[in-house]
Amino acid sequence: MSKEKESLFSAKNMKYLTGPFGANNPVIVQILGICSALAVTVQLKPAIVMALSVTAVTAFANLVMSLLRNGIPSRIRIIVQLVVIAALVILVDQVLKAFVYDVSKQLSVYVGLIITNCIVMGRVEAFALGNKPWPAFLDGLGNGLGYGLILVIVAFFRELFGSGSLFGIRLIPESWYIAEGGFYSNTGLMLFPPMALIIVGCIIWVHRTKNKDLQEK
Amino acid sequence: MDLRKLVDKVKPTFMKGGKLSFLESTFDGFETFLFVPNKTTSMGSHVRDCNDSKRTMICVVLALMPAFLFGCFNTGIQVGLEGFNAFLYGLIRILPMVAVSYITGLAIEFAYAQLRGHEIYEGFLVSGLLIPMIMPVSMPLWMVAVSTAFAVIFGKEVFGGTGMNIFNPALLARAFAFFAYTPQISGETAWFSDWKFMGATDAVTGATALEQFATKGAMDFSVMDAFLGFIPGSFGETSTLAILIGAAILLFTGVASWRTMISVFVGGLAMGLLFNAVGGNAYMEIPAWHHLIVGGFAFGAVFMATDPVTSAQTNTGKYIVGFMTGAIAILIRGVNPAYPEGMMLSILFMNALAPLVDYFVVEANISRRKNRSKKLAK
Repeated sequence: MSKEKESLFSAKNMKYLTGPFGANNPVIVQILGICSALAVTVQLKPAIVMALSVTAVTAFANLVMSLLRNGIPSRIRIIVQLVVIAALVILVDQVLKAFVYDVSKQLSVYVGLIITNCIVMGRVEAFALGNKPWPAFLDGLGNGLGYGLILVIVAFFRELFGSGSLFGIRLIPESWYIAEGGFYSNTGLMLFPPMALIIVGCIIWVHRTKNKDLQEK
Repeated sequence: MDLRKLVDKVKPTFMKGGKLSFLESTFDGFETFLFVPNKTTSMGSHVRDCNDSKRTMICVVLALMPAFLFGCFNTGIQVGLEGFNAFLYGLIRILPMVAVSYITGLAIEFAYAQLRGHEIYEGFLVSGLLIPMIMPVSMPLWMVAVSTAFAVIFGKEVFGGTGMNIFNPALLARAFAFFAYTPQISGETAWFSDWKFMGATDAVTGATALEQFATKGAMDFSVMDAFLGFIPGSFGETSTLAILIGAAILLFTGVASWRTMISVFVGGLAMGLLFNAVGGNAYMEIPAWHHLIVGGFAFGAVFMATDPVTSAQTNTGKYIVGFMTGAIAILIRGVNPAYPEGMMLSILFMNALAPLVDYFVVEANISRRKNRSKKLAK
């Protein structure tokens, strides 16, 4: 073993962590995990909880699968991945129920549906099965957070314009509303999933304008 | 001073190398608005006449005028005014909406043309007038602005501008307003007047004819009033008579397709008759032809469904898309009590399907001709 030992936070490793924030974002570049980005982003708080839950699952699913990668016959790898991911999702679900019960109620089935989130299995298949545990862990962490970033941006706009509040705290004064004699009204369309898709589209628009190499010819 | 000379004098400033060359698209837009462009195509053979698309759009605006003028009058009537006062009241209420819609839409169009370096397309000339005409006059102005901006950016510019849009921009603005600001555009309070001047009372009738149909199965207005348009509703949609005058102008000038227009009415009537035959709820049992004179049906059929960009391009396709538009509008009215007005949704829906219909019409034509040539070869 003459191989030089790579430091834990080498530039290459940090790239796994930071790549998904920009040029390799799972939602707006790989177009994974769109469904939950539409479903849980009506308010900021559930979106953040969801983002953290997905981050935990992707990070640890990548770690566990990377550790197991040399012991699993390739033919049954999918079923092993499912067992690992399902176990992690159940764990996250229990933690949420124990500590943030109201948010867990709000998220309802979407916590359980993390298991079907394409990002989780996508990263396991594409990265963890061919890389060492530490880079795999960082990659899972980065992709989870990259997904979370988009969720938070979408939820910010949807809650601000759809409900006039952030984190449930009212920002637009009651007296502005038409019902109270004012002029303002919430944009009800923001509460519907189609508007989330349009906001994701806008984020992609801005992102592609900045990253010209990603533009499809 | 001669306008042409003035335009020619300032022209070099805006052309390449001039001081204000970054405003070239804007200048070009104003110049072709004032004068027919004298550019001619140099290659290939083209059928040419004096009509460019700006003139076509002006025809549509002219055709909208009867409905617009009547809308002014009716708005005043609905708040208890009479005669010229009623007209003036309506005009004062609608003009800010028209201004807001044009300023918002044109600002975005000009900005896009400038950014992308192409000339300004004229599509918004019609959309800008249509948008206020299919909204209630009591709509807050900023909502008109937001809806217009949404429709122009997401309905038009992201697809590549005028001529590339899948959905009718004016209807998209209304659809946005409908789902985003529902209480202001439908229901009992939407038609309520909050402007009390010139002796206007707030005695505006609550529900529109369609809402009365949906809740009671009959309308409080006489058929004649509904046909002439003395009923509450969106600004331009109430008078079937004024809309028919507009339709005559469109058909006479050949701007709109009679195939689409006729088949929308036929489709609506057919679905109405089917509902009459089947029965079910109160809405289904009203005489089929009543559907054609209340709500936005006639307005949509004449001015929206015939949009040359978003409707079908083939003649057979026009019959099919038109018929489906009319039929689906009445279907939505009849079976979905949450949407007493189905015309908007049905036209948008058929906008999305029109390219598919065209595709199959073209394919069918190709295979028909192929078979014919095979037979001849035998």
